[in-house]
Amino acid sequence: MIQKEQTKNGEPGFLVHDRGDSVGVAVADLGPQTKANGRLLSGEELPKVTLHDAVPLGHKLALRDIARGERVIKYGQVIGEARSDIHTGDHVHVHNIRGLRWVKKESK
Amino acid sequence: MKNASFWGYRRQNGRMGTRNYVIILPVDDISNRTAEAVAANVPGTLALPHAYGRLQFGQDLELFFRTLIGIGSNPNVAAVVVIGIEPRWTERIASGIRATGKPAEAFSIEGRGDFAITAMAARAAAGLLQQASELRREEAPVSELWVSAKCGESDTTTGLASCPAVGRVLERVVAGGGTAFFGETSELTGGEHIVADRMKTPKLREQFMAMFRDYAEMIERTGDDLLGSQPTEGNIAGGLSTIEEKALGNIEKIGRLKVDGVLCPAETPSTTGLHFMDTSSAAAECVTLFAAAGATVHLFPTGQGNVIGNPILPVLKVSGNPKTVAGMSEHIDVDVSQLLTGEINIDEAGDQLWDMTLRAACGRLMCAEVLGHREFVLTKLHRSA
Repeated sequence: MIQKEQTKNGEPGFLVHDRGDSVGVAVADLGPQTKANGRLLSGEELPKVTLHDAVPLGHKLALRDIARGERVIKYGQVIGEARSDIHTGDHVHVHNIRGLRWVKKESK
Repeated sequence: MKNASFWGYRRQNGRMGTRNYVIILPVDDISNRTAEAVAANVPGTLALPHAYGRLQFGQDLELFFRTLIGIGSNPNVAAVVVIGIEPRWTERIASGIRATGKPAEAFSIEGRGDFAITAMAARAAAGLLQQASELRREEAPVSELWVSAKCGESDTTTGLASCPAVGRVLERVVAGGGTAFFGETSELTGGEHIVADRMKTPKLREQFMAMFRDYAEMIERTGDDLLGSQPTEGNIAGGLSTIEEKALGNIEKIGRLKVDGVLCPAETPSTTGLHFMDTSSAAAECVTLFAAAGATVHLFPTGQGNVIGNPILPVLKVSGNPKTVAGMSEHIDVDVSQLLTGEINIDEAGDQLWDMTLRAACGRLMCAEVLGHREFVLTKLHRSA
């Protein structure tokens, strides 16, 4: 296994699968109020996003405001819907989004 | 890369193995003890204890036979000693394996007892092990490689890094004329339309969607859903929020390939190319089914750190999560976490993984093998009689 240098090139921020995505993935543990650098998987730089919450490595952050009930887009595909209003820079996870499959009728 | 090759063991039916095991295969749960006693008496052989093989019926019984015969027939196995309680099922499995031309000897315990059968089977195992020890690896093109892929303890890094790297490798396997597998029916939920669109013919698309619907209906019949199981606690800790998100990452493993075949669990494909198999998403069950179908190297992307191995199929772990790579280094064969920081691109990650895939095929022991991970888990379709 090749060991790699973790801290090269300053602070990595987040990656985005597809240009139309409403969420990105943190590639390091990011603290609140961080102005995070982002880029598309294709390599293109994206505008910085200021985080409201701490977003751990691998967790998602909102790239734009997402209204309650609105579809959440990642990989250019629907991954679920917002359970509450989400703002740009919010941590996005099970507390504020849910899947559209296997949803128990009573919880909808 | 067109001339890529590996060194493997040529079997009687022409297939190339990447390992050279002599296995002691119990037919049923109550023969595990004797199988393990034989393996203890003949170090270098490997017992494959499991939980089933009694009073199964219907499709579940057929899958059971297909799985055990498939495991014995896998080219990573040089020879087999089959031990069961009753002669008929024991012989059915041994003769199924012999159909490949491979030596398989059958012993049944009823009427003779553990001691006598241990002695007889150990004598047979010793002879088979000595024969297998004289086999030598020979060079073979990539077209003779059968590679399966299934991820586990996924997180968002698997969709960003390790699964797309596997996709690059499967593309090379298929381009080289080899055979590749993916599965995990429940973990395609939310991305099934993407897989359906990759099917090469309308008939394959129909077969795939029928399998997908059957699974969904099976869940509905139980009156329950998979929330709480899918995504798993580990998936959620790693940042995956919904089954759709998990499925979309999972599907990255098939790269940009079209699908050439749709298989029942443990079914051996009759053509080369990429095949979907109807499997559980539980790692050990799924990998065991791929081994039974004839896969000779398995690629296993993990995010949060699944530790699975298989007794006869080398399981290569690849991770793009730098915390997992650092914290569980003894489990990870290929580190693609530099994809997250942009220090390498996906083609470079694919190159690294391809190199290790060929090394695994040539006999380099994978982490899971060195650590003794030999999870052999049969898929059970329904309750026994």
